[in-house]
Amino acid sequence: MNGSATSVLAAPSVVDSRLSRQRVHQRLGVEGLLIRLLITLFAVWLGAFLVLPLLQVLLRSLQSKTGEFVGLANYVAYFATPAISRALGNSLYVSIVSMVVTVGLALVYAYALVRTTMPGRGILRTLAMLPIFAPSLMQALAFIYIFGNNGIFTRLTGINIRLYGSTGIIMSEVFYAFPHVLIVLITAFSLADARLYEAAQALGASSRRIFFTVTLPSIRYGLISAAFVAFTLAITDFGAPKVVGGDYDVLATDIYNKVIGQQDFGMGATISVLLLIPAVLAFIIDRIVQRRQVAQVTASSTPLGPKRHGRVTQAVFFAYCLLIVGFILSVYGVVLVGAFAKNWPYDFSFTLKHFDFYSMGGYKVLWNSLQMATITALIGTILVFCSAYLVEKTKVWAQGRSVVYLLSIMPLAIPGTVLGLAYIFSFNDPRSPINFLYGTMGILVLSTIVHYYTVPYLTATTALKQIDPEFEAIGASLDAPFYRTFWRVTVPMALPAIISIAMYFFLNAMVTISAAVFLFVPGKELAALAVMLLDDSGESAQAMAMSSLIISIGLGARVVFYLLTRGIERRSQAWTRR
Amino acid sequence: MSSKESYLRIVHITKTFGTFVALNDVSLTVNEGELVCILGPSGCGKTTLLRIIAGLEEQNVGEIYQSGKDISRLPPRQRDFGIVFQSYALFPNLTAAENIAYGLENRRVPKEKIRARVAELLTLVGLPNSGPKFPSQLSGGEQQRIALARALAVSPGLLLLDEPLSALDARVRVALRLEIKRLQRHVGVTTIFVTHDQEEALVLADRIVVLNRGRIEQVGTPEEIYRSPATTFVADFVGLMNFLPGRAGDRPDRVYCDRLELRCADLHRLAPDTPVTLAIRPEDVRVSHIDPSAPNLVRGRVRETEFLGSFYRVTLTLDGVETARLIAEVSTNEIRDQSICPGMTLPVSLPPDLLRVYPEFARVSQ
Ligand SMILES: Nc1ncnc2c1ncn2[C@@H]1O[C@H](COP(=O)(O)OP(=O)(O)O)[C@@H](O)[C@H]1O
Ligand SMILES: [Mg+2]
Repeated sequence: MNGSATSVLAAPSVVDSRLSRQRVHQRLGVEGLLIRLLITLFAVWLGAFLVLPLLQVLLRSLQSKTGEFVGLANYVAYFATPAISRALGNSLYVSIVSMVVTVGLALVYAYALVRTTMPGRGILRTLAMLPIFAPSLMQALAFIYIFGNNGIFTRLTGINIRLYGSTGIIMSEVFYAFPHVLIVLITAFSLADARLYEAAQALGASSRRIFFTVTLPSIRYGLISAAFVAFTLAITDFGAPKVVGGDYDVLATDIYNKVIGQQDFGMGATISVLLLIPAVLAFIIDRIVQRRQVAQVTASSTPLGPKRHGRVTQAVFFAYCLLIVGFILSVYGVVLVGAFAKNWPYDFSFTLKHFDFYSMGGYKVLWNSLQMATITALIGTILVFCSAYLVEKTKVWAQGRSVVYLLSIMPLAIPGTVLGLAYIFSFNDPRSPINFLYGTMGILVLSTIVHYYTVPYLTATTALKQIDPEFEAIGASLDAPFYRTFWRVTVPMALPAIISIAMYFFLNAMVTISAAVFLFVPGKELAALAVMLLDDSGESAQAMAMSSLIISIGLGARVVFYLLTRGIERRSQAWTRR
Repeated sequence: MSSKESYLRIVHITKTFGTFVALNDVSLTVNEGELVCILGPSGCGKTTLLRIIAGLEEQNVGEIYQSGKDISRLPPRQRDFGIVFQSYALFPNLTAAENIAYGLENRRVPKEKIRARVAELLTLVGLPNSGPKFPSQLSGGEQQRIALARALAVSPGLLLLDEPLSALDARVRVALRLEIKRLQRHVGVTTIFVTHDQEEALVLADRIVVLNRGRIEQVGTPEEIYRSPATTFVADFVGLMNFLPGRAGDRPDRVYCDRLELRCADLHRLAPDTPVTLAIRPEDVRVSHIDPSAPNLVRGRVRETEFLGSFYRVTLTLDGVETARLIAEVSTNEIRDQSICPGMTLPVSLPPDLLRVYPEFARVSQ
């Protein structure tokens, strides 16, 4: 035969088990070192600004007011005082009710958008997203203008719905969470497998039967995700309970009252830990479910499109959507009218006087917000995209990358108020090496980036996964350092995702208050905070005026980002055209 | 073997994924300027081997030497190779010319020279006017040509191709594989070409490495692989083969197939009656122009004939062999001359020098 290596005897593929633990490790080289260094930096950064502050909260919850270690005494005291611990039950109650209502409302809305052929689905979808542009306390203010003791609805109909308390909080949370939940459910409906429907129809199942036996089961993971989103938004929200809660205490406001009102940091930390528990639980459940959902969508499933329903059914869906959009628009309308009316609800004549913000020092807060949001969008986008790239596209140091991944998805479970308190503990300590950031715009930027880190991170990861995994190998074979291929190929290809990440950071930075409320110092107020402060000092018309400016900036930014995306798409059309 | 020097030496490479053994003690030498095809069924470890050579995967044990230098522990960027994937992996946001220039730019080649080299390569792959086009404006075959040009632009010492033709339609595939062969000859680059398509390997390769379940089954020229497959796996995987159950005879040049005694040139050195597998290619089974004194002459009966254009595939049973059928490829002319049709009997010759004998335990069950 021939002289080369041949193995006539095909021995069974068994290798010494020691072999499988062995590896010929490649030399790191400068690039390998650089990548490791970057991964380490990200882990350290997230460790320092996420994990350490949270550990401080945990530690403080075990300390007395004066800083001595007291074990679980704070927790015992918490549950021993019904007047305080009531907030836990309240929080759970309003969160669960808002969750059920939001998911119910959004489920029908999403179904109508995805599955029916009713007219105006595009515009109905866009308008339903409006609440994203407003700080969560804005709708609470608007509800007071409509349903409050002196509200226009109350005055016109004589019906007082007793807004202050759980009713007002639930209404606000539903309004606030609706678009977020809607996005999740639209995705779930779109991913449902069309073949199942066709099979069910072929078997002659009725529409209702199909809905309960096919539709609901096939979106069950989406439903759980949606419930998680609604629950988490409600239980962690600070704005609405602050404005419309009255004496109905919930955890998020309780932390604020204990810390800012009574300077009781130990109890504030204790309540923070209690607020963390349901949020983290919901987060873990959602993670598990998400993993299942990925497995459910197979390559062979056919996505679901709209389908003509009966005329009456379509009309009912259409009327329903109009009702919801009408409600959203009237809330915005009330904000606008409230901002420009001389004296709601007595004198509706036009005025601009609410726009001078004399008590806030004029437009400085708006400028602060704009500055903060821009810096947040810029730095946040760079950090998020680079860390997602390192985790997703580099090959070295699997353990380091999985640490960064874990730390990057953690923030989703951390309520803003808890993060804010945690930052006080970390930054306000004169011994802390990062104390210099306290009271600067830097700390607001940092807290906002960390608070909103996860969603953009997952967006970046998804975008990166869609890019051919061999590009890095090709780059290396052509002697390109990894950062060159990153810059020349990966970034241009992911530009649409990068822009949407920047927009997410910007919009959220414009409306966030939950962490910022602990971290601002006089002179560094943000516009969304100003809404709260104005309302606190009884200047609700100015609060409305400020809200409408925030919304305008948000919408303006949306348009700018839209044009940017369009521009990029036009430029990249050259290389995506077939 | 060839008189040229060995360029790439792969020594005892083993690779596992968890408990799964993807490559089991693979050793191989590739000569300078040679085109070696790694051939094997899907999942046998071809890609893994290629990626280890490129440094894109780390082996558990084993070394790799490229032009005498130990590269086993070098990261991909420090190795000297060009690579082409099945998915083309062209950078979609760069034009064809920019894709080809990518590697040259990394080496700080002056702009003038880059332009000249890109034009040269575009011509070389037969797409002189496609430089300004984006990958999405090119057909699959054209994209793969650009990918090839991109890999060759920096004149790598080693060219690695991972099933570069598998994503293309049959016609383009046949045209492009000749092109690749021509290019490889022209450039003279040492090349490893991974494929699961035996025809591709036979046409392209200077030498073929047959891989099965992470192990090398045989290394040889296309003729050697086809004419003298070392194992039943190779015999089965490359080309068509008749397999007949048999027993060793009492002399090394004798075997039995059922009640039939046959002579074989492939000496077996086995104890009498040891079970063996006999193999013969369909085109080696003779049914006409047979010398009556020829050895291994058997009476056969035609069971079926199947028309395949230039030849017929004839299914036969042999007198004295109850347990197996034999397939012969017979030219259309012979069929007509002898008016072969189902049911007729005729003499069949199994030339001893074309009959292969495999010890039974060498049979590789898939
Ligand atoms: N990263 C990996 N993790 C686990 N198993 C792998 C991985 N890559 C390849 N394998 C397994 O190793 C075997 C060989 O894979 P591969 O080299 O891609 O085969 P081929 O290219 O010959 O089709 C396959 O069974 C595959 O499932
Ligand atoms: Mg492969």
